[in-house]
Amino acid sequence: MSLTGIFLILFLVEHLIGNLLLLKSDGGAAFNEFAHFMKHNPLIMVGEVVLFLGFIFHIIDGIMLVRSNNNARPVKYAVQNKSKVTSWTSKLMGPFGIILLIFLIIHLYDFFRYKYFAPVANMEGTDISDLAQLVYIKFTDPLYVAFYVISMLVVGFHIHHGFQSAFQTLGLNHKKYTPFIKALGFCFSVVITVGMSLIPLIIYYKHITLH
Amino acid sequence: MNLTLKIWRQKNAQDKGKMESFNVSDVSPDMSFLEMLDVLNEQLTRKGIDPIHFDHDCREGICGMCSMVINGRPHGPKDLITTCQLHMRSFKEGDVISIEPWRAGAFPVIKDLVVDRTSFDRIIQAGGYVNVNTGGIPDANAIPIAKKIADEAMDAAACIGCGACVAACKNASAMLFVSAKVSQLALLPQGQVERQTRVEKMVAQMDKEGFGACTNTGACEAECPKGISLTNIARLNREFFSAKLTSDNI
Repeated sequence: MSLTGIFLILFLVEHLIGNLLLLKSDGGAAFNEFAHFMKHNPLIMVGEVVLFLGFIFHIIDGIMLVRSNNNARPVKYAVQNKSKVTSWTSKLMGPFGIILLIFLIIHLYDFFRYKYFAPVANMEGTDISDLAQLVYIKFTDPLYVAFYVISMLVVGFHIHHGFQSAFQTLGLNHKKYTPFIKALGFCFSVVITVGMSLIPLIIYYKHITLH
Repeated sequence: MNLTLKIWRQKNAQDKGKMESFNVSDVSPDMSFLEMLDVLNEQLTRKGIDPIHFDHDCREGICGMCSMVINGRPHGPKDLITTCQLHMRSFKEGDVISIEPWRAGAFPVIKDLVVDRTSFDRIIQAGGYVNVNTGGIPDANAIPIAKKIADEAMDAAACIGCGACVAACKNASAMLFVSAKVSQLALLPQGQVERQTRVEKMVAQMDKEGFGACTNTGACEAECPKGISLTNIARLNREFFSAKLTSDNI
């Protein structure tokens, strides 16, 4: 879980930077150029397969972990643990994972549906897919925006525990560095949630103020 | 004090078991939690009812025998003490207190609140020992080891093997226990001989017993009566990875 988790966290950095290009007021040209580069660069195409495998491993590993951990306690407590010290996010990693899996399926369905059937935009004389236009259209639906923002909140919760937990699992716990790792994980989860959520919110805001 | 107790009753390992309510009267706030149960058991015996079975031995917090989940917390509401060190002054007149056994597949209930913790013994048998003759108590400073490391080993050795970590963990994981036992020996020169084999064998036995995996919630550390730290689990992970990478065991 820890290695694939860190790998997916690194992917999110790239994802967020790419998405922020959508906010540039150029009708989505920068984002389209970026998407075009990602689609045709052979290194990225290999990376896409590795990323897909990373998700698959993380998901299967997670399902197996939750199953075996549930089996480790066949008879549950009548009164639940009331210890206040542990973080609530750490106890809900499985449920968060399920929500994120549902989001991922919908997200990938949208992505692949449009990846090859997107309208055409023009970049310096060449025709490229106008993915940005699709995103702008998608985020005019308030329900879709809400679903997206809630999912990003869950991503944040998932990372809040996952980030520092990955280091602990790899045996990297040190008086000097662990407080820093925990703070960094918290900041990172906030940046991802806020950054990813701002994009649909701003697009939606622009849409309703225009119409 | 008069209290209502909701206690897990289970005739034997095969029985399904259920929570039962008992009223106990004349409880002094100065009694320990176990003494309060002694009072209840005397009242039950006089009525001809089978007394409540529970594990206990030293009653001074060092043997690790007492094992009760009180109101959803192993060893009750106070930190850093075992059930036998919990006093009734921590409760109020008329309180309803739930008492359950440790819950884990690897700790099957024998009767009422008594669970079978021999899975811990088998983990120790798998590798929690040193084969070198350590002799008598060495002179002070005779072993070349930093005070800080000696203290860390001592802190890990404070684990009494009660199993509260397993009881508290949402995954019923035994990682805190195993990490304490691996750490106390891995930190000292006497433990170096079997260092790699020890961690491999103890972890393999832990998995075989059916304990869950660690997801770093920290509930074990929060409930441990001896304050065993999560840093031991990180050390166990380090020891395990390095042993798996470099040991000769295939």
